[in-house]
Amino acid sequence: MTTRTTFKRSFYQDSVALMGLARELRTGAGVREAAALMGTPANLALMAEAGLLTDEARAAGPNDLVIVVSAESAGEADAALARAESLLTARRARVEASGRRLPRTLDSAARQLEGANLALISVPGAFAAAEARKALRRGLHVMLFSDNVRLEDEIALKRFAVARGLLLMGPDCGTAYLNGVPLGFANAVPRGRIGLVAASGTGLQQVVTLLAAAGEGVSQAVGVGGRDMSEPVAAAMTLAALDALGADPSTELIVVVGKPPAPAVRASVEARLRALGKPAVVAMLGREIATGSAGPLTTVATLEDAAAAAVARRAGRAFQPRAFSDVATARHRVKEYRAARGPGAAAVRGLYAGGTLAYEALLILEPLLGAGAVGGNLGGHGGGPHRVLDLGADEFTVGRAHPMLDAALRVEEIGRAAKEPDTAVLLVDVVLGHGAAPDPAGDIAPALEAARRGRRGLAVVASVVGTAADPQALAAQTARLEAAGAWVLPSNAQAARAAACIAGEARVAEALLAGGGA
Amino acid sequence: MADFRDLFTRLGGEIRVINLGLESFAETLEAMGVPVLHVQWSPPAGGDPERARLLSLLDDEDGS
Repeated sequence: MTTRTTFKRSFYQDSVALMGLARELRTGAGVREAAALMGTPANLALMAEAGLLTDEARAAGPNDLVIVVSAESAGEADAALARAESLLTARRARVEASGRRLPRTLDSAARQLEGANLALISVPGAFAAAEARKALRRGLHVMLFSDNVRLEDEIALKRFAVARGLLLMGPDCGTAYLNGVPLGFANAVPRGRIGLVAASGTGLQQVVTLLAAAGEGVSQAVGVGGRDMSEPVAAAMTLAALDALGADPSTELIVVVGKPPAPAVRASVEARLRALGKPAVVAMLGREIATGSAGPLTTVATLEDAAAAAVARRAGRAFQPRAFSDVATARHRVKEYRAARGPGAAAVRGLYAGGTLAYEALLILEPLLGAGAVGGNLGGHGGGPHRVLDLGADEFTVGRAHPMLDAALRVEEIGRAAKEPDTAVLLVDVVLGHGAAPDPAGDIAPALEAARRGRRGLAVVASVVGTAADPQALAAQTARLEAAGAWVLPSNAQAARAAACIAGEARVAEALLAGGGA
Repeated sequence: MADFRDLFTRLGGEIRVINLGLESFAETLEAMGVPVLHVQWSPPAGGDPERARLLSLLDDEDGS
């Protein structure tokens, strides 16, 4: 085996471009492993750990591109490096052929693009606050997709933005829709009459896709970042967005999606909502949420219920939460899966790409399976036997792309969980939309097929967050999962309940599948 | 706090985007016909985040 390195000085490439390059190189003849990384100290440490840090790579700096290839033979390693060079050259040639001269700084871009009104910032977190500050000073609204932005920077940026009437969406804002334009990781949804404020990107995606399925569209959707409703940030951007939606004539109903805020923050958000004079649905993803309606406000505990309550309210109907949209099918399939379960197989393994979807699953599973019985990396109360993993969490994504882009980690985890004798159900999410992988269902389907082949009676339960208009197409992605033997439910909440019905005690299925619209 | 009630009016009919970071975001917007300009960004201050932060604060003092 031979390991070869090349590095290109002052050749910054973004993480998605690097992932694409590495993936391309791994398909080369004889290539065992390929990495394409910027030479930051963290990345160099990772490469050292993986045994890929050659002497040449050691000298790289943060703006130098490092490419390392391990291959069966020296010739094959050299061929892969040559291929990398030609891919990078082709990319550069494409840009030059387009005749455009790209600006190198935000300031020069703002001078070039007349009437620019939004900066979409996804640079590494350590540099993101500085760029956001520059954008706000230029009078631009900001969508800050980057994560790992310090809390004190977030507070200062939001204070600065609010004083100037500017949006600072984020940090870690995955999704937004402004004036019909989907930003970041976003599904193709119709324009409509529902305005949203969301502290979670995948949470927002689940709500707007379910709204789209019910024929409702989005007027505006403002992402505020996961910490906005915390005590120190005090809902700075949530309150600003609510004022804007309250006055927006195209918004007839408002949906707020978040985790339960600190009591004082919750009071100020609810007071603002009441003052707007529009009906509102608040989805609070947390434990022991008091759901129900009071005046213009309806509080719900799942993302699906947020969409369903909004649709009901717009149609002038009372909202009734339901466990499954098709109880008869659910009853039938649960019975089959329970009968097929192997001896000792009674655990749910949730393997998630979407962080909020993972958290929602945890919140649904805990009361059904026992609060102490669900572990994972999301602050679950228990250590098992059930487990929900958010594979997009920081501890999994250091030096690698998010699982919504790169399925490699999830494929490994599916294989691992399928080998555990107590696994009864693999519970997964697939998130479609602009920005997501081109074929996310196809990326994990072979691993799911292999898991089911290797374990008789193993159930795979899934949901797909997407629409027919998404680039990946909801029906095709659903069909791919079904072909791999998965039971695909219309929402993450229903998928989590289905998993609990299959793996939990018989009374769980009896309670959830009793009566109701067979 | 500035008034946010006219936010969507101020945004006007068209979102015009400056994109810093993932080029794929700019490509998606461009394919949808949204005016977007991608910045050929690279980490400032030789890739030293703390120096980059200090430089951005210095700009503040210029009032630029």
